[in-house]
Amino acid sequence: MTEFLQQLLNGLSLGAVYALIALGYTMVYGVLRFINFAHSDVFMVGAFAGYYLNRWMPSDSMAGGLAILAGSMAFCALLGVVIERLAYRPLRRRSRLNVLITAIGVSLLLEYTGQFLFGAAPKPFPQLFPVRTFQFAGGLIVSTNQLAVLVLTPLLLAALHFIVLKTRFGTAMRAISFHPVAATLVGINLDRVISFTFALGSALAAAGGILYSLNYQSIDPLMGVLPGLKAFVAAVVGGIGNIPGAALGGLLLGIIETFVNGSRWSTATDAIAFALLILILLFRPAGLLGKLEVEKV
Amino acid sequence: MTPPASTAAAPPPHALPADPLLEIRDLTVHYGVIAALRGISLSIPAGAIVTLIGANGAGKTTTLRTISGLIPARRGAILFAGRNIVGQRPDQIVALGISQVPEGRLIFANLTVLENLRMGAFRQPRRALIADDLDRVYQLFPRLRERPSQIAGTLSGGEQQMLAIGRALMSRPRLLMLDEPSLGLAPLLVAAIFEKIAAINRDQKTTIILVEQNANLALEISDFGYVLETGRVILAGRSTDLRRNPQVRQAYLGVS
Ligand SMILES: Nc1ncnc2c1ncn2[C@@H]1O[C@H](COP(=O)(O)OP(=O)(O)OP(=O)(O)O)[C@@H](O)[C@H]1O
Ligand SMILES: [Mg+2]
Repeated sequence: MTEFLQQLLNGLSLGAVYALIALGYTMVYGVLRFINFAHSDVFMVGAFAGYYLNRWMPSDSMAGGLAILAGSMAFCALLGVVIERLAYRPLRRRSRLNVLITAIGVSLLLEYTGQFLFGAAPKPFPQLFPVRTFQFAGGLIVSTNQLAVLVLTPLLLAALHFIVLKTRFGTAMRAISFHPVAATLVGINLDRVISFTFALGSALAAAGGILYSLNYQSIDPLMGVLPGLKAFVAAVVGGIGNIPGAALGGLLLGIIETFVNGSRWSTATDAIAFALLILILLFRPAGLLGKLEVEKV
Repeated sequence: MTPPASTAAAPPPHALPADPLLEIRDLTVHYGVIAALRGISLSIPAGAIVTLIGANGAGKTTTLRTISGLIPARRGAILFAGRNIVGQRPDQIVALGISQVPEGRLIFANLTVLENLRMGAFRQPRRALIADDLDRVYQLFPRLRERPSQIAGTLSGGEQQMLAIGRALMSRPRLLMLDEPSLGLAPLLVAAIFEKIAAINRDQKTTIILVEQNANLALEISDFGYVLETGRVILAGRSTDLRRNPQVRQAYLGVS
């Protein structure tokens, strides 16, 4: 039982990170109907931003850790806005394939710029929060780093939920996602709302990058590739464009992955996890919470 | 006696009273290589209801879409309150005071009634004014007041049209453009919607451009009319005159 709880906890903290990344894919898809392949590298930049912020003003407290988290989120929000402004916006009226290829280009650019600036070798990620482990009755062990993930992720999700459902820009995001032309016709400035969407998604990816690195303790310029791919798949499984779906897909993938990893099939973890996800898509082609939509041309 | 409507092939814009809120001069619009508008000129007097009628594909929707900035003009000018608005973004044009209820309504089916209306006021920074405008829309369409949190996609056709008009009013337009508001509505509802359009024009002094297939009704509530055919204005004049015009009667009013 304790073993099960422990695995569930580990799975949830991994899945929370996938969820944070998946949200950015799904939100950008919602407003622009395209997959921002550079998103996984924003996740990496978020981790590095945390690393360098901590070098600059080392954190030794809860508040310090939170400040670094916030700083990294702000930096990546800005990065997301700049990427959209420079790379995607000029191609807004071109075919989606052009934008997709550009996104892959931006992704490679970030990865190689990262290798150039930070070096290709992994760096140890610092402890941003005071290290402690809590042992519960029955032997369940929770570290502060895991706790950070399990407490901060729901808070971030709640904040996102509030923004998307209750604010003017969040409502505009949903309006654009339904019909961009109708949205401009009522006076919504598409560019501003799209920038806002990139800022939001990138900030969450940065949070994901930091929370992930806290638990894996090593960062490198290519660290985003695999989690990014998995988060993308999670977003599709949840129903691409659907925000709760992305969160659900991420959590599910994290839990499945952790449980398979803890079993005797651990060498085939990713294969099995992906096979399960493909199975879900076979039965629900639009994803768990998505609705099938006719591709608009 | 009013003089008979002009039957010249392309009447000069000054055939209508001066002081236009919107003036279109020699507007040409293409979709790719296909010409949808071939040099139309319109003059919309402040405070009037002006209707555009014409067969399918005549270019009515294209005219409204171009005014709203959704399609670029190849040639010509669109002057709103004396200022050329060609080249502005759609949201900037809304900010200037031109609002459109598009063909097919395009309400946000995934948002609630209230959210739809609030999106209409996206550019309005003052909450107090938004509350006033909401109240005005609710007074006009009490059915909307009863269901602010209903998902708009589940509204009846008539309610959706009310919502589309209400949403367009939330930006406080000086010029409201409606593209076939009667489309798909039962005759009784059509009459009700047209009554509301007349009321908006009367009570809020909003200038209105009304695109309609239902030429009979449109000429009844409008002050002036333009008849479009394959991207050209072929007739223009006072609506009362157009209704008596034999050519209009035969082609658009179903009278032989
Ligand atoms: N997106 C488009 N691409 C190519 N041609 C178009 C497009 N939209 C409209 N057209 C063409 O432009 C012409 C004018 O169309 P428009 O929609 O303005 O007509 P309309 O007067 O509104 O007709 P209806 O009464 O059927 O709504 C038509 O010949 C139409 O086929
Ligand atoms: Mg039309």
